[in-house]
Amino acid sequence: MTKEDRLEAKNPSEKFLRMDRIPHIWCPGCGIGTVVTSFNEALKKSKIDLDDVVVVSGIGCTGRVAGYVKLDSFHSTHGRAIPFATGLKLANPNLNVVVFSGDGDIFGIGGNHFIHAARRNMDITVICVNNFNYAMTGGQVAATTPIGANASTAPYGNFEFSFSLPYLAEAAGATYVARWTALHLRRVTKSIQEALAKPGFSLIEVITPCVTLYARRNRLGDGLNLLKYYYDKSVIEHGADTRTLDISYQGKLVVGKFIDKEKPTFLHAMNEHMTKILGDKFVKYGE
Amino acid sequence: MKKVKADPKGVLTGSHYLDGDYAIAEGGLAAGCRFFAGYPITPSTETAERFAERIPSVGGVFIQMEDELASITALIGAAWGGKKSMTVTSGPGFSLMMENIGLACMMETPLVIANVQRGGPSTGLPTLTGQQDMMQAKWGSHGDYEIIALSPDSPQECFDLTIEAFNLSEIYRVPVFVMTDECVGHMHEKVVIPPAEEIEVVERKWYEGPKDKYLPYKLDKDGIPFMVKAGDGYRFHTTGLTHDERGYPVINAECQAETIPRLSDKITDNADKIIMLEEDQIDNAEIVVISYGITSRVSIRAVQLARKAGMKIGTLRLKTVWPFPEKRIKQLAKKIKAFVVPEINYGQVVLEVERCAAGKAGTYHVPHMGGWVHDPNDILNVIKEAAK
Ligand code: SF4
Repeated sequence: MTKEDRLEAKNPSEKFLRMDRIPHIWCPGCGIGTVVTSFNEALKKSKIDLDDVVVVSGIGCTGRVAGYVKLDSFHSTHGRAIPFATGLKLANPNLNVVVFSGDGDIFGIGGNHFIHAARRNMDITVICVNNFNYAMTGGQVAATTPIGANASTAPYGNFEFSFSLPYLAEAAGATYVARWTALHLRRVTKSIQEALAKPGFSLIEVITPCVTLYARRNRLGDGLNLLKYYYDKSVIEHGADTRTLDISYQGKLVVGKFIDKEKPTFLHAMNEHMTKILGDKFVKYGE
Repeated sequence: MKKVKADPKGVLTGSHYLDGDYAIAEGGLAAGCRFFAGYPITPSTETAERFAERIPSVGGVFIQMEDELASITALIGAAWGGKKSMTVTSGPGFSLMMENIGLACMMETPLVIANVQRGGPSTGLPTLTGQQDMMQAKWGSHGDYEIIALSPDSPQECFDLTIEAFNLSEIYRVPVFVMTDECVGHMHEKVVIPPAEEIEVVERKWYEGPKDKYLPYKLDKDGIPFMVKAGDGYRFHTTGLTHDERGYPVINAECQAETIPRLSDKITDNADKIIMLEEDQIDNAEIVVISYGITSRVSIRAVQLARKAGMKIGTLRLKTVWPFPEKRIKQLAKKIKAFVVPEINYGQVVLEVERCAAGKAGTYHVPHMGGWVHDPNDILNVIKEAAK
């Protein structure tokens, strides 16, 4: 066995990663890799045909996920992963489409697409790594930065109210909403599995440390410390009222599965409606 | 290139009375477009409406997106999902699409965008005509790249050139624009839609080799890579970052130097095959009137009057505006006295004519700020001035 063989043999995610692209660009101690591990685990456990799984990312640190997973994968533009995924899903309804991106990408520049895809109940799974800042560009304030946290463009601390992602997702119409911290490996895995199997729009928010920027600027310790801190600060409350899920700076984190309900997907609704109205004239699509 | 007969399901064979906007939708359906994502904007909305009405009985998807950023990006996703896809818009929406037009170019994604132009900038003249987005079509997204832009001058041509746009987009794996304008878009005329077996459509350049050998950006002999679609087991990756033939990002000057010229060269090297021109009485002409879209129809009157007055006038109509017919303009510049270029803007395509004429022939612009078409007499006056 060569040294490389040994290294590869040790990596249980090998089957799911583009090993020719490893080492990845993430900082040592960054939590994004942990979420990718949970994702791979979910793929393994759910036993879906990997040929049918597609990952779309936007731009940012988490946006690089699409480049590392050994699936059909698209690294699109900043904020536009959801409409890209919408096009893919509608063109080929067999696909299990996953948007894997960061909070700035999905809820800052891409927020409008998020609410509309949720409203339509587009059958895609959104995994949002929330590290409370724009990391790739150097730690700027985001729509998710808690009040009081410091960021490079909020050098005196953030004073803007932030989004509560599960609350927003529920209000917009998502049929599956969960929040975990990155250290809840098994729970994240289970939620991703459930979301992949769910016909409808799913959001899994994963609170994840950005060790290099958010943690350093706010003196929150190293990656492992913060991973552990978030985990310890979390309280599992399945089914919690999403109006109560605001995140305060270094405060309590309510996690769990909040929403899991049934609703016709966009394509299902389209097929049902058109059949009712047009009868034989309608050519059923993708079913 | 694999040509097949059009899928009869999308072809509304017969003689119709349609406006240009509707004809664009029919052209798309005939070409095999089965995915349309759009956002309402005057004066282009009728194309989306027509598609929404027709697609349920053809088999495909129409979706009204939340904005034009979403529309264009959904098109790219749908193209990689295996569908021929299109959208329609006008100035403000076209502006919003620019970033992701760049993504489509970078990922080498075939798709079609029709722009029914109105007067700009900004909200400008929503309901009135313009030809002010011609340079934006070529240069609007950041970075170096080439696109193809066609300009129909009638509803019939809206139909014909939309099919052509799809064919070119598949051959060159590039976004193709149908640059029409409010006048042509809202003009009702006879549109003859031939039987499906008389319509040739180009199939996507599908990869057919062994699965593990597929490289998304490995060039074929003609310089255009083969395509696959998501879900077929190739486990491929693509990105808007500068990438190698595996589609993997490579962030350095060397990879940039390899990738970027290719995106332009695949169009410019094939310009002769792409460019469609319509010429009339050009052989002994002293003055050549160059125009496109609605302005070419208005020019006819000016040219008739000038010819009646004994002037030797040729006309050259740009059915393809981009890539620009450089070679032809350079040839003509050596033989003629001057070009006259009327267009509904403050000077766009005329700059290209001037560049190609390179001082060997005069170049005269006939501007119109938009909102209406030229008075033929304004064009005639400039023809007279050019002939002096
Ligand atoms: S900057 Fe932050 S989010 Fe980005 S890789 Fe480093 S630790 Fe992770």
